Amino acid sequence: MCGIIGLLNKDGSRIDGRSIKRGLSIMNERGNGQGAGFAAYGIYPDYEDYYAIHVFLDNMKEAKANVEREIERWGYIVYSEEIPTNDIRTFEREQIPYRYFFKPDTRKLLGHNYDEKDAIVKMVMRINSKREGSLVFSCGKNMGIFKAAGWPEEVANFYKIEDYDAYMWIGHNRYPTNTPGWWGGAHPFGLLDWSVVHNGEITSYGTNKRYVESFDYECSMLTDTEVVTYLFDLLVRRHGLTPEMAGKALAPRFWKEIDRMPEKQRLHHTALRLAYSSAEINGPFAIIVARSEGFIALTDRIKLRPLVLGKKDNTVYVSSEEAAIRSMEPNLSEVIYPTAGEPVVETLDVVL
Amino acid sequence: MRIRSKETSSVLIDAEGLDYRRLNKKVREAVADGKVKILISNVLGQRFIGDGIDKNIEINLTGTAGGDLGAFMDGPFIYLNGNAEHAVGNTMSSGRIVIHGNAGDCLGHSMRGGKIFVRGSVGYRVGIHMKQFEENYPTIVIGGKAQSFLGEYMAGGVILVLGLEQDESVDSYVGTGIHGGVIYVAGEVDDTLLGAAAKKEEVDGDDIEVIRGLVKDYNHYFNRKVDVDKMHFTKIVPTSSRPFCNLYTHE
Amino acid sequence: MSSHYTPSIYDVSVDSTKCRLCGRCIENCSYDVFRRSEEKILTYPNNCVVCHRCVAYCPANAIKIKKVSTPYRYHPIWNEEVREDIYNQARTGKVILGGMGNVRKYPPIFDRLVLDACQITNPSIDPLREPMETRVYLGKKPKKLEFSGSGDDVELKTELAPNLKLETPIMIAHMSYGAVSLNTQLSFAKAASNLGTFMGTGEGGLNQALYDYTDNIIVQVASGRFGVNPDYINRGSAIEIKIGQGAKPGIGGHLPGEKVNKFISETRMIPEGTDAISPAPHHDIYSIEDLAQLVRGLKEATDWKKPVFVKIAAVHNSAAIAAGIARADADGVVVDGFRGGTGAAPKVLRDHVGIPIEAAIASIDQKLRDHGIRNEVSVIASGGIRNSADVTKAIALGADAVYIGTAALISLGCRVCGKCYTGLCPWGISSQKQELVDRLDPEVGARQVQNLIEAWTHELKELMGAAGINSIESLRGNRDRLRGYMLDSNLLDILDVKTVGA
Repeated sequence: MCGIIGLLNKDGSRIDGRSIKRGLSIMNERGNGQGAGFAAYGIYPDYEDYYAIHVFLDNMKEAKANVEREIERWGYIVYSEEIPTNDIRTFEREQIPYRYFFKPDTRKLLGHNYDEKDAIVKMVMRINSKREGSLVFSCGKNMGIFKAAGWPEEVANFYKIEDYDAYMWIGHNRYPTNTPGWWGGAHPFGLLDWSVVHNGEITSYGTNKRYVESFDYECSMLTDTEVVTYLFDLLVRRHGLTPEMAGKALAPRFWKEIDRMPEKQRLHHTALRLAYSSAEINGPFAIIVARSEGFIALTDRIKLRPLVLGKKDNTVYVSSEEAAIRSMEPNLSEVIYPTAGEPVVETLDVVL
Repeated sequence: MRIRSKETSSVLIDAEGLDYRRLNKKVREAVADGKVKILISNVLGQRFIGDGIDKNIEINLTGTAGGDLGAFMDGPFIYLNGNAEHAVGNTMSSGRIVIHGNAGDCLGHSMRGGKIFVRGSVGYRVGIHMKQFEENYPTIVIGGKAQSFLGEYMAGGVILVLGLEQDESVDSYVGTGIHGGVIYVAGEVDDTLLGAAAKKEEVDGDDIEVIRGLVKDYNHYFNRKVDVDKMHFTKIVPTSSRPFCNLYTHE
Repeated sequence: MSSHYTPSIYDVSVDSTKCRLCGRCIENCSYDVFRRSEEKILTYPNNCVVCHRCVAYCPANAIKIKKVSTPYRYHPIWNEEVREDIYNQARTGKVILGGMGNVRKYPPIFDRLVLDACQITNPSIDPLREPMETRVYLGKKPKKLEFSGSGDDVELKTELAPNLKLETPIMIAHMSYGAVSLNTQLSFAKAASNLGTFMGTGEGGLNQALYDYTDNIIVQVASGRFGVNPDYINRGSAIEIKIGQGAKPGIGGHLPGEKVNKFISETRMIPEGTDAISPAPHHDIYSIEDLAQLVRGLKEATDWKKPVFVKIAAVHNSAAIAAGIARADADGVVVDGFRGGTGAAPKVLRDHVGIPIEAAIASIDQKLRDHGIRNEVSVIASGGIRNSADVTKAIALGADAVYIGTAALISLGCRVCGKCYTGLCPWGISSQKQELVDRLDPEVGARQVQNLIEAWTHELKELMGAAGINSIESLRGNRDRLRGYMLDSNLLDILDVKTVGA
């Protein structure tokens, strides 16, 4: 099932996590307590130039030493600490959430030609596939993902999300279909400043996974949603497509429609389908993909999952259910029902 | 028509903070208690309101109704002042649902009778697999726009889309797989929007009378003045009652 | 009779109580099984190849064909076939030729793969009422797209290479004019044109009767280079360089002299009655860089307007060869598995050389992905594709599209009797004798081939819908939707498919 939710203050003003926690909890019918999570943007203004690496550690000894050794091969840890948490008696504390503020230094890796972001991706893929007692679950600048196996209120209270102020929040309430609840399997999934929440199941996962893996991404989280993050990173960051184009590649127009388009449009849509056929996502889905500039909301081409947006002043809300949005903002000026397969892109009006 | 209720047999329930199970339990208790009018305020996403109720009572809601409003019901009159989410009137047998707002996907899914009126627009797959038999004849009237797959696999009943204040009334795959029933759409419907097994027909005098009756109810519920005589309608019907029989051969 | 006389396998009898002596059996049988003697039809069953022509045309249903065997004492190694092959070669001193595909009892891997369907955690999709896309484009694709400008002024900078557009992923395989009759090729051409797919000319050139259909024809350049002139390569919608075929990896085409009549002679530019045995290699391709030269040479000759595919037989290092082909500027790799058919091939090559298409496609798809280039070229599978389930599984294993050969012939009436090399096909399919060829009406034939491919395409849509997929590109290479049943773990690793229950 799953419930997804997001909000963006387009003027960059920041609010704490209580609102998103409320919105997500209204959708508890869509979850089953086996996973919940949030991503927040703009939360580390004092460390905004460093990558905030959030890690699940199995223990504070070998696991911590292993991951630090790997991270230090790629740069410098400027500051690190346990992510502050509350004791929540109703769920199992499976791992220790830790965070490192990190500055990559590519000169440290002789003979490699990575740019900074490629280096972070490579480092994270290595840590997560080696599985030496640690899992990186967030690695962007001035943003962070907070997630665990529990209900939204439990996870929100565990991570004290009311202590963080962000200009954009996204959240997810999980009802896993294929793997049991484990912290790594909760949404959002993240890479660099991308974070993704997803409602649905990807029937093309076998195809999408093999496509991204041929470009050095590794799918290690046992959950289909992970691949959406890598598809956006590949298409937008590495190939330079706009988020709208990437959305059109992932949920392409039907050929019957493309055949009737005017020539230029027809060429563009055909080119997207030809070049990115293995990126197409099949199966029911509603996804919210966030990055520092804002979010992209997208549903599958035949709208098998619900998605609705709401606006009020400078804030845009998006969710599986209108009621969830209204629990955060009862007086919306506009309610928008997106068209199947059409990406909705909302970006900050200011440069932060 | 709105039921005139006796004030002594009505009750007000505040849904604030109530999960759907507790809310619906209260509603069912009220019904069992002989109440004929139940007012619910502060509805915010609770599902299954009115689910399975088979008495001719009235439920009057304010807020945002959650999924499956009036599912499986057989008799009640539900009035919603606000928007509804998905599967309104799911597999309902009789009764009426009037939504003073918009509604989501799959409204009227497998409807077997009764009527649904929506002032605004609706989502995808509305009226999917509606059925009819003798006097069991479902009706859906939409004031605004209906998105793709309207009347998918329809086997009976009537859908009317008025497209008020919209650029288009319907989207692609209208009546895909229709093999019974009829869809009326205000304005022109391009052939490219028709689904498999659907075709257009000229609207005749009988059709106009049907539409007039439906619009009269719509105007009454939503206090509007839609004038059928100033509008042009397209009628969509099945190409045959067995649109897919030619696909199959025997072992 | 000699010491090597092999008894007849079939008994052909005519029920004289039903027989009307109309003589149709005599007219129709091209193998001289029937003759009239006074008021009876006599039969010489040793000639019978069970082509069923007589049974189909007897108006009285009077003909019965039975399998009879003069038994040999059972021996697990010296079985009947082994013994009879030795009698044959002792008598003749020659290479045994056979037709059609591999007859050995290797279990088809397709039959040990099962497909997934969606239940609950995912909805299946209804192909009758909701969109289900089977369109495929074959040809070179860009690695990524570059756009300039933004909003309404956005322009695509990347140039797209010419591609073939197929409305269904099923194409009709290359069967040469010579191996098959002109009416067979006409049937295929009309069907391909109506369906929005393609047929292949095979290596026998392009007869002008097919010129109206070239929008749906792929021309082949094989080692014999028959019929290859600028007009030929420019008429085709695409060009296929045939390096090998699954029925006889490593050797060239073989058209027995019996089938080289005056028209074949004209099209192939060889003397009437000679055997057309194509060279084993292309004598201008001795290594991968030579192939790149030929690909580019053909592209230059056609102003880079036609996709060029390269067809190989599925052999042990197909994956590496395919990667080489992809880097040689080819638009696609066609792989023909060891069950591929043929008009004539040495039996020993037909049955013992090559690997199954399932394994070849899986490893080629994997290798191209390892190199990060899978999406830039197309991969087409052929060799024993028997039904829409095989088509679906081939695509899930990594193919963009499939070619059907034997299945297309069967749709024309072929009984797979395997005697194509005699040139006596009574159905008019693989003969060049005009009186036999005239028996195949291209309009009727086209209708039948079209029916087959339409039916399979619809079944493919049902299978895709059941798996919750509404675009064929999401099925391609999607190994997760397959499971292996009774396959060993090494083969499962190669196929990158899990076992049932996993």
